[in-house]
Amino acid sequence: MNSSSFRSLRNGAALILIILACWQGLYWMVGDVALRSPLQTVLFTAKLLASDSFWPHVAETATAFAVALVLSVVIGLAIGFALGINRFANEVFEPMLVTAYSIPKITLYPILLLMFGLGISAKIAFGTIHGVIPVALFTISAVRNIRPVLVKSGRVIGLGPFDMVTRVLLPAAMPEIFAGLRIGFSLTLIGTLLGEMFASQRGIGFLLMNAIGLHNIDVIMALTFLLTLFAGAASTFLLYLNRRLQSPT
Amino acid sequence: MKPATLWRIGLVVALMLLLEGLCLTGFIDKLTMQPPHVMVADIVHMLVSGSLNAAIAKTLGNSAIAFGLAMIIGVAGAIGIHRFKAVRETLDPLFATYYAIPIFAFYPLLIILFGLGDAPEIFIGTMLGVVGVIVSTMNGLDRVPRVLLKTAQISGFGTLETAWRITLPYAAPYILSGAKLAVAYSLIGIIGAEFIMSSSGMGYEISFAYNNFDNATMYPLIILVLVVAGTLNAGLARWEKVLMIRRGLA
Repeated sequence: MNSSSFRSLRNGAALILIILACWQGLYWMVGDVALRSPLQTVLFTAKLLASDSFWPHVAETATAFAVALVLSVVIGLAIGFALGINRFANEVFEPMLVTAYSIPKITLYPILLLMFGLGISAKIAFGTIHGVIPVALFTISAVRNIRPVLVKSGRVIGLGPFDMVTRVLLPAAMPEIFAGLRIGFSLTLIGTLLGEMFASQRGIGFLLMNAIGLHNIDVIMALTFLLTLFAGAASTFLLYLNRRLQSPT
Repeated sequence: MKPATLWRIGLVVALMLLLEGLCLTGFIDKLTMQPPHVMVADIVHMLVSGSLNAAIAKTLGNSAIAFGLAMIIGVAGAIGIHRFKAVRETLDPLFATYYAIPIFAFYPLLIILFGLGDAPEIFIGTMLGVVGVIVSTMNGLDRVPRVLLKTAQISGFGTLETAWRITLPYAAPYILSGAKLAVAYSLIGIIGAEFIMSSSGMGYEISFAYNNFDNATMYPLIILVLVVAGTLNAGLARWEKVLMIRRGLA
């Protein structure tokens, strides 16, 4: 293990300790009415994971998230490559994408619900509209930053459009595209959960909302803990892959 | 006007006409979506009658508070963190993963802690924006040339005066990028929280209208939110560009 990876490991551990200490401190201050201690949360999470009624909800959320993620990545890459290659089309569409990125997309959810009906397809659509834009925007900039000599060499060899994308553009733009995929991953997760929290009968988001109604703090703490753990771990892993892609040694 | 801009406007107009056509011919039924011209009439009607002014004022007011808090805490926090290398290194993994965590999942917890009302909404809006502000401000502070800091030392500036007169003005374009994020996030946070669970505000009114099939209220409100968010963002982006060009960065 070299010194820099040791340092980042130490920093991560220190951060986790600080967060745990703050959490425990807050619990001592607020008490049982509104919070649970870290230990209680972990114990209840274990109980939740062992119960049979919990897993169908996980499966629902996982399915919606997985489909939405695949759609975000495929559509985002397609838009990104189309606009990255065609300068004029990019000038027309990129400002629209940037605007769409910044608007509160949750306001569009009722429209999606009316279009898709209550159920998993509306959640998937909602997750996808969150994830697709960052993937597209990062891909556009990645494709435009490719060294022109690579594209020219491809042309000289006489590659068709498909070979051009798979053999030249994709490998060359991969590190930057991956940064977009990482953001797309988190936004798709957030979109899917938001969709479940607003109008849904199944899934982790629904369980969370249901728990507010029942004032079930155990469940709220356990679910928030699980989601944070999953998102944090996934993001750390993707960040690690991203750094390896950017500095091939 | 540039041809790309013309094309863009043309495309939006064509899309509107297509929607209008689909709605009028009944391809999209009335319960799903009203024709765009009806939506425009509904917006005018809503704004003139003032029936939802309280909700609009509440949402925009809370977003402004969340934005202000995110900026103040963010900039002050960045200056503090920037001074201590160890603190920064410890917090770096948090900043890197922060936006991957679904902050809205904390909303139920915040409702239990603060009660249903303005406080948990503003908290969510601030929480979403503040890390973006911290990261962009630190990015700006990193770029302050050492010669400026030395000049400040020679002139005998204290910490506050150095920040106020040297580092913050120098980092202004970067702080502005953070402000752009904070505007978007405070709106997303407030409206999202109102949507999920609340008793007033634009997000609440939209979800209430959705539950009652009241498209005459829902669509105008949605469009209003999108227009406000889009306009604020475009305005800040333009200002940022002006600052960047003045610095020779763009």
